[in-house]
Amino acid sequence: MTTATAPTSAPLLELRGISKSFGSVQALTEVDLEVRPGEVMALVGDNGAGKSTLIKCVAGTHSADSGQVLFDGNEVHIHGPKDAAKLGIEVVYQDLALCDNLDVVQNMYLGREARDWLYRLKEPVMEAKTAETMKSLAVTTIRSIRQPVATLSGGQRQSVAVARAVMWNSRLVILDEPTAALGVAQTQQVLELVERLAKQGLAVVLISHNLHDIFAVADRITVLRLGRSIAVYERRETTQQEVVQAITAGVPTKVSGIPSTDPESA
Amino acid sequence: MSTNAPAVRPEGGNPSFFGRVLDNIRAGNLGSGPVLIGLVLIGIFFSFKADNFLSPGNFSNIITQMAGVTLLAYGVVFVLLIGEIDLSISYISGIAGVIVAQMTVPESGHQVPGLIAILLAVGACSLIGAFQGSFVAFIGVPAFVVTLAGYQIWQGVIQKSIEKEGVIIIQDETVNNTANYFFSNRAGWIIAAVVCAVYAASVLSGVISHRRHGVAVRDPLFIVAKLVSVVAAAIVVVIISNKDRGVPFVLLLMIAALLVLTFVAKRTTFGRHVYAVGGNAEAARRSGINVARVRVIVFMISGAMAGLGGVALAARLNSVDLNAGGGTLLIDAIAAAVIGGTSLFGGRGEVRDALFGALVIATIANGLNTLNLTQGVIFITTGGILLFAVTLDTILRRRQRKAGR
Repeated sequence: MTTATAPTSAPLLELRGISKSFGSVQALTEVDLEVRPGEVMALVGDNGAGKSTLIKCVAGTHSADSGQVLFDGNEVHIHGPKDAAKLGIEVVYQDLALCDNLDVVQNMYLGREARDWLYRLKEPVMEAKTAETMKSLAVTTIRSIRQPVATLSGGQRQSVAVARAVMWNSRLVILDEPTAALGVAQTQQVLELVERLAKQGLAVVLISHNLHDIFAVADRITVLRLGRSIAVYERRETTQQEVVQAITAGVPTKVSGIPSTDPESA
Repeated sequence: MSTNAPAVRPEGGNPSFFGRVLDNIRAGNLGSGPVLIGLVLIGIFFSFKADNFLSPGNFSNIITQMAGVTLLAYGVVFVLLIGEIDLSISYISGIAGVIVAQMTVPESGHQVPGLIAILLAVGACSLIGAFQGSFVAFIGVPAFVVTLAGYQIWQGVIQKSIEKEGVIIIQDETVNNTANYFFSNRAGWIIAAVVCAVYAASVLSGVISHRRHGVAVRDPLFIVAKLVSVVAAAIVVVIISNKDRGVPFVLLLMIAALLVLTFVAKRTTFGRHVYAVGGNAEAARRSGINVARVRVIVFMISGAMAGLGGVALAARLNSVDLNAGGGTLLIDAIAAAVIGGTSLFGGRGEVRDALFGALVIATIANGLNTLNLTQGVIFITTGGILLFAVTLDTILRRRQRKAGR
């Protein structure tokens, strides 16, 4: 990917040894993850591997039991969604979190409405900025930004959710299964949007079950398995098969003299 | 996907006004269309059937009859917008009646001026709303049950507090005037002019601010049409009222409350959050909206409007008795909001729906009365219309869910 930031630049977000347990259930054990500006880092793993928990630790919904979160090279403590937003971390959730009854502009500014000292809404300001954001992301299929979100297609809704995350000078966007409920054309639409985000210099974490999607847009792939981060692959240097194996069976360890046949014991 | 697809129109406008109407219908947003059409049909029907239906005197009657219900229904709209229900409003309004009556009893030792008594009543009712709303917002008790308990509790409080007297006559001029004062002809015109000016100013300021930010104004013709029809309606109302006793004060009260509450709902961040909570409470929460606070304030508004309505109802009878807040008040207030087009499922509706819906209910009751039909017929008719409105609402919601998927 040709971006202003070289792939070897310092990571924007770095997680070191994150652990988290819910009672007796160890959800995350010493998980490491890093994502650089201008890079799409895919986060893959089977159901229950800890992807959502990890994301919630970054988003401030959960707090990690131990481990370090470094943002821009500095250790940060994220205690709530507001802290995450202040750092420029935005999460686009699987179930979208849009209000169907509100229009695109209203959803883009939900909870952060532009207002004057009388708490009056500044509609024209919000409308102009929304149009500008949509244009910069080349979201071109939405006929009117004043139409209720209920009238949009799944892909368009996802685009609105992503655009909302981007509008707030965010630096890291986390997308949780953005294409899970979409058809082929709409998936394409969203993946193109994800690529554009990275091209604009944002760091993107993409969670997905769909390896096809991941191989289409990701630069690197982190594999979570049973609450541990077991491998990081460069997309160019790996195959879907290798990643699938890591997700389902773990990473084979090579013991000298014995062919790596039983990855489960690794 | 072609790369040279047209960009989002920066002005965000659809090709045509009809395109936008179509969008709204697809999104399950019919606005005030159905209820206005219904009103016209009802008006035409009764003007042919009942001789004195269209008389100025009867017009005044309808206005004063509907005032209490309308004020309560304004609050109902807010509660319905967040997808909740408030069944206690009728007896909360009764509480307001008892408070104004008790606080203005001459030589009772705790007599206060009428206006203070009214403010006390409305304040107390909004506190009741906050109390009930807290159970819903902070503990998560279903509003249906909380307010059903309130329904019984406040009924009990009313009976307990006037069980000795049975009925209290309200002698305070100020209190009674809320329902029974009529403006002089000239004052009526001045008020109409002021109301029209306020409305026009708010519309124009919106237009100017859009212009200044380079955002296109949608449907300028529609805006002009709305302005003209509001002014025309004001003129017609004053002409008719002045042929009878003059413009009733309660009409001004209804219009003023409508303007203030519409401003709150449509032009403020709080109003936006109300719609958001009703549309998708979880999305609202994740967006950083304090959902619990929105809920409590909405129940406070509901309580306050019930209080104001209760004052008007008590003033109309010049008294409160053991039946204060009883009868069809609760059903009528909720029905008014729903018939007007406010969704029971939350997130869809406007304050003015309550006014139109209450007008439908009052017109039908009044029209059937002038035809000398019994209360039974009125109940059956109103119930039928309510059923129709709720069915329409449900179908629209289903359409909304399907739209765009």
